[in-house]
Amino acid sequence: MLESLDRYDFSLIDEREPIRWPKGARVAFWVAPNIEFYELDPAPNPVRRAWPRPVPDVQGYATRDYGNRVGHMRMMQLLDKYGVRGSISLSTALCEHHPEIIELCVKRDWEFFSHGIYNTRYTYGMNEAQEREMIEDSVRTIKRHTGQDCAGYLAPALTHTEHTLDLFAEAGGIYTCDLFHDDQPTTVRVRSGKPFVSVPYSLELNDTIAYVVNKVEPRRYAAMIKKAFDRLYFEGKESGRVMCIPLHAYQVSHPHRLAAFEDALAHITSHKDIWVTTGREIAEYFIEHHVA
Amino acid sequence: MSLEPSYLHYPRRRYGMDHARYEWSMLTERPPVRWPGNAKLAVWVNLAVQFFPLNQRGKPFAPPGGMTTAYPDLRHYTLREYGNRVGLVRCVQALDTFGLKPTFAVNAIIAQKYPRLLERLCERDDEILCHSWHMDSLHHGELDESEEAEIIERSLACLREATGQPIRGWLSPGGSQSHNTPDLLASQGIEYMGDWLNDDLPYPFRTKHGDLIALPLSLELDDHFIVGVNLHSETEYAEQIKDACDFLLREAQEAEGGRLLALNVHPWLMGQPHRIAALEDALEHIANQPGIWSASAHEIVSAWRNAQ
Repeated sequence: MLESLDRYDFSLIDEREPIRWPKGARVAFWVAPNIEFYELDPAPNPVRRAWPRPVPDVQGYATRDYGNRVGHMRMMQLLDKYGVRGSISLSTALCEHHPEIIELCVKRDWEFFSHGIYNTRYTYGMNEAQEREMIEDSVRTIKRHTGQDCAGYLAPALTHTEHTLDLFAEAGGIYTCDLFHDDQPTTVRVRSGKPFVSVPYSLELNDTIAYVVNKVEPRRYAAMIKKAFDRLYFEGKESGRVMCIPLHAYQVSHPHRLAAFEDALAHITSHKDIWVTTGREIAEYFIEHHVA
Repeated sequence: MSLEPSYLHYPRRRYGMDHARYEWSMLTERPPVRWPGNAKLAVWVNLAVQFFPLNQRGKPFAPPGGMTTAYPDLRHYTLREYGNRVGLVRCVQALDTFGLKPTFAVNAIIAQKYPRLLERLCERDDEILCHSWHMDSLHHGELDESEEAEIIERSLACLREATGQPIRGWLSPGGSQSHNTPDLLASQGIEYMGDWLNDDLPYPFRTKHGDLIALPLSLELDDHFIVGVNLHSETEYAEQIKDACDFLLREAQEAEGGRLLALNVHPWLMGQPHRIAALEDALEHIANQPGIWSASAHEIVSAWRNAQ
């Protein structure tokens, strides 16, 4: 096991060459809806249990299924209203299970990136060949169902190996969402030497972390998002920042939560000098302008 | 290190669900539901009338709200009893004040332990759902089928006898089921269950003995989930319930199709004197909205059936 990740160089945020986003935007803002499929009775993983209760964990499973049956349409309509194109973190088996959701996203020109096959199949314990097979399967599935070349990766259920980043770069990817070390994109070293970057996603503003882990009230979640944006917007005058809101339709789209979230989204999108964009566009822009 | 090759096989990777219990469908793709009187929002307020055994086994998990200290956990045992003696009266009064109708989900053992309590409920014209035997009789994937069948049969027989009601609805303790629960419920004359909380409307649920109807009882809006698990204040509870009500009403208006607000309330929790005003605040708000239809679980299921 490694003591240090050693995938990126150390640098202080105020000692870097400033980032200038397109049209002088202070903040590159992106929203990442996780569109996930959790299996009722997944193959067991030796390191992590899929469900806290014995199968069938009706509460756990039904909670996630709510997102697909009810939540996505609500979130999609909201993002439409504020002119935000989603960058979807996709359990790629959902292309087979629920193609209707995929079609709605394709129609909106949303980005699809890989979040593995199922959010109940963990990378823990896979050898390199197995992880490569899983990643390549997910990339192929996205291509087949959406026509897109998958650019980004968020490991399924945030389960990794030491090779995850290398393998995804070799499968054609250019960015990872798995690293939380910065408010700006960073170059990430991969063994192939291909251009590969980290695009800031967020755990702190991730709705599932906020609601489930930190047990935040819906209106406080909106307040947190607004405060984060205001600070990044202020700092982005000197050098561009990235702000991501990762969402899950089974969390934020509940009837007691979505109006509060809308309030935050309205606040952010009311600012003119922001770049409302996608994960891929941030990665491509950063590689073109800031990666030697 | 490597995983079994089967870990990368996905035998249920296909269109629809990864099980055969219900069809995959998005709420917005279904024909709109019309509630009686052209109401927009059906409101189901479920009051949970529960018994938590002092000698809880807690297998395979402790029921939500169950005993937590070493035996004998007098504090939690009696705090739950408070709901049946004091909290329930307050909660029912609150509902009556605002003209909202309760449905009672009752652990069948209540009929034996506290016959006066069940009698009091039966003096009202409200529906009673079976909430299994008690809070520690958990239905789960490791439970033997014949043992589960016996619990269901005993619970339903006891409640049907004690109430004189047909008892058509079911709620499992802790919302937990085994693979067999839906089949066993259907074979015992149950028509609808609240455990599958994956929707904002009822939907058909397949069993070996004909379809049940899944009538989703929201966990996210459950008082114990908000106040007891998330540790939000009672004021926050009321705010979230009111926000949910307003949101669903607006959605029903825009979609021109009815929606369901399903609130599970535990008298041992919201019936405490420092919390009851928050429940009243939420109920008053709901009752004051035009387009509300306060109904029992059975009335909602019947209206939904008629709309199909």
